[in-house]
Amino acid sequence: MSATADSGLRNRRTVPWAAVPRSAPEAFAADVCDAVATGWRLVSLFGMPEGDDRVCLVAITADDRAGALAAGGTVVGKEYPALSTRCVQAERFEREIAEQCGVTPLGHPDPRPLRRHPPDHAPRAFPAPTVDREGYAVLRITGEDVHEVAVGPVHAGIIEPGHFRFQAHGEEVLLLDIVLGYQHRGVEPLLETADRARAVLVAESIAGDTVVGHAEAYCGALEALARSHKTPRAQTIRALALELERLANHIGDLGAMAGDVAFQPAAAYLGRLRGECLNLLMTLAGNRYGRGLVRPGGAMFDLPDAMASDMRARLDAVRQDLSDVLGILFDNASVQARFEGVGVLTRSVCEERGIVGVAARACEVPRDVRYDHPYGAFRFAHVPVATAWAGDVLARALVRQLEIQRSLDFVTDQLAALPRGAIRAECGPLRPSELAVALTEGWRGEIVHAVVTDENGNVRRHKVTDPSFHNWTALALAFPGNEISDFPLCNKSFNLSYAGHDL
Amino acid sequence: MSNFLRTRLRQGTRTLRFPGGDMDLPERFRGRPVLESGRCRSGCRDCAALMPSQLVRLERDGPATLDVGACLFSPEEALACPDGAIHYTRDHRMAGSTRNALITPTGEVELAGRLGEGARRLFGRSLRLRSVVAGSCNGCEAELVALGNVVFDLARFGVQFVASPRHADGIVVTGAVNTNMRLALEKTYEAVPAPKLVIAVGACAISGGPFRGSPEVADGIGSLLPVDLWVPGCPPHPLTILDGLLRLLGRIASGDRGGE
Repeated sequence: MSATADSGLRNRRTVPWAAVPRSAPEAFAADVCDAVATGWRLVSLFGMPEGDDRVCLVAITADDRAGALAAGGTVVGKEYPALSTRCVQAERFEREIAEQCGVTPLGHPDPRPLRRHPPDHAPRAFPAPTVDREGYAVLRITGEDVHEVAVGPVHAGIIEPGHFRFQAHGEEVLLLDIVLGYQHRGVEPLLETADRARAVLVAESIAGDTVVGHAEAYCGALEALARSHKTPRAQTIRALALELERLANHIGDLGAMAGDVAFQPAAAYLGRLRGECLNLLMTLAGNRYGRGLVRPGGAMFDLPDAMASDMRARLDAVRQDLSDVLGILFDNASVQARFEGVGVLTRSVCEERGIVGVAARACEVPRDVRYDHPYGAFRFAHVPVATAWAGDVLARALVRQLEIQRSLDFVTDQLAALPRGAIRAECGPLRPSELAVALTEGWRGEIVHAVVTDENGNVRRHKVTDPSFHNWTALALAFPGNEISDFPLCNKSFNLSYAGHDL
Repeated sequence: MSNFLRTRLRQGTRTLRFPGGDMDLPERFRGRPVLESGRCRSGCRDCAALMPSQLVRLERDGPATLDVGACLFSPEEALACPDGAIHYTRDHRMAGSTRNALITPTGEVELAGRLGEGARRLFGRSLRLRSVVAGSCNGCEAELVALGNVVFDLARFGVQFVASPRHADGIVVTGAVNTNMRLALEKTYEAVPAPKLVIAVGACAISGGPFRGSPEVADGIGSLLPVDLWVPGCPPHPLTILDGLLRLLGRIASGDRGGE
């Protein structure tokens, strides 16, 4: 796939499908693995039917320092040599390909299904396999003193379904296996077949706490394929909404983490302040999660001057309250003691596994789409990348605290200087036979929507990768060695999406 | 310590008076949809091609009806009518006792009535609920969690979410009821001691929501379980859920639509 040659693929640009280099499966695997070994990152790897009995695999890699993307493909039959034997970043992707397309990556170290559903992107001629939705070979440790704790899929609070299996020795957890797929709704086939008015509503429902993030990536891919040029005003409104979403979720997460260490005052105050940010989105979009705002070609709602100054005043109040509340949270010695040293993720694991978002930045990996692959308003107004170094719960909390301040600054500045102009441009038919990749830095991390169109300009494949897809692995790797009673706190410090992973 | 006290004083009391307080919903808030029957032309099917949901039910002749339980509360659903007959009000109240209560000619939902006397004596002052999430996006759950914050403060009405179905008086179901959660949903329902309530929250649980028609979902709770309260929304505003719950418990009188 020649990661060194610049194909011109960038965030929210397209390349002709015919220009995506194709190689034999072995050479494809070698190219991707070599690229990742030299510092490129595997952004997406997916399959789609090619004719009646073949599968086309597509890899998207990123050189974050150069802001460049590269794509490559191969065509395989019922099986092909797995990339995962040499490139761990491909592990989850190849489990997904096996399940979605019905092909076998030979030599894969963990061939278990990811979501437990029948193939939805398999060629017609492939026989339908039997799917065991309940059976799953959970990883276990045996031994006289080892005991097992099973949690979920129905959880004790108001939490999405997932199953955690701990192998513990006394209080210490030796191994954590996370079984997902309980939220699987069949999102990708819907995105590929629904008409556009409905598909954007599906995109907004990939992860209900990341409505703006996923809608932004979805629209970004479509706009690139339609050569639709958003106005600066639309770009700024969309960037504002994305940062309001980040504010609401980061504030809510810090509150939930405070709650998990029984520091109730901060939990209560931050719970309310999260709501203030959601209410700002509701003022703008008519819905607390920003549904209905981000649409192909721009924004559905304008932001009049009077609304902008009202929002600035409300944000100033939020900033004042936050400075009090985050003060009592982070200055508290017992909170620090409970956050520190729990769930440590190392920088090397982060880089090896392609971990994204807050979890990566908390290990001093300065990975942020807004900086590495800027688009829209982020090309002109830079949000500094926030990092911490310890990789523990405290570091993930500190990164959120920094990002709250920077998003507040960004939103306040942009509200004062909204570009003039229309809010929506035409977004017509999609160009035929092209590949578009749209990255967005959602509040959890990198959201990827990769779209391939067929010769008629219809969507042939719409691949979604939520940051949780990578980061569930980070949680499973960070937690062993900790006490089982710290799991809720550690889990909350990652706060990953089940729906976004399960699709 | 002085920081604590200063912060506590500055934060004050933020709990919303309910029912009857100032809801303060913004101008653009998309609440209960309405269909102005005068502007909807009989036999016109213009909205069908643009409508991204099953909000409007078209009859062969005669005016259309609105299914608030299928509404995704998107701007597009209102824009689908070229005559502007469909629009959103700022009314947050739209929970019904039956599925059919959500299907009306104008969007005027027959709001939920209170439970029968026996059930109300059991649950009216103390209701313990278990959340079951079955194929959702986590939007409805986020609003269920928000009900517990200091603004909405669900617990003051004696309603709480509990950690075990054995401790619960009923379940709150969110999501389109997907194949991968169906067994867990059934088992959780069975584990709740009778008599028990079932509350369907959100467009997905009612009608499949945006995932309607996917082979991986059952298009809502439908015939699977007997439902006592249907709460539309995508996701429902916390006030919509709160209003529905309090009507079910008889804390808001049936037929009381407040000062409309």
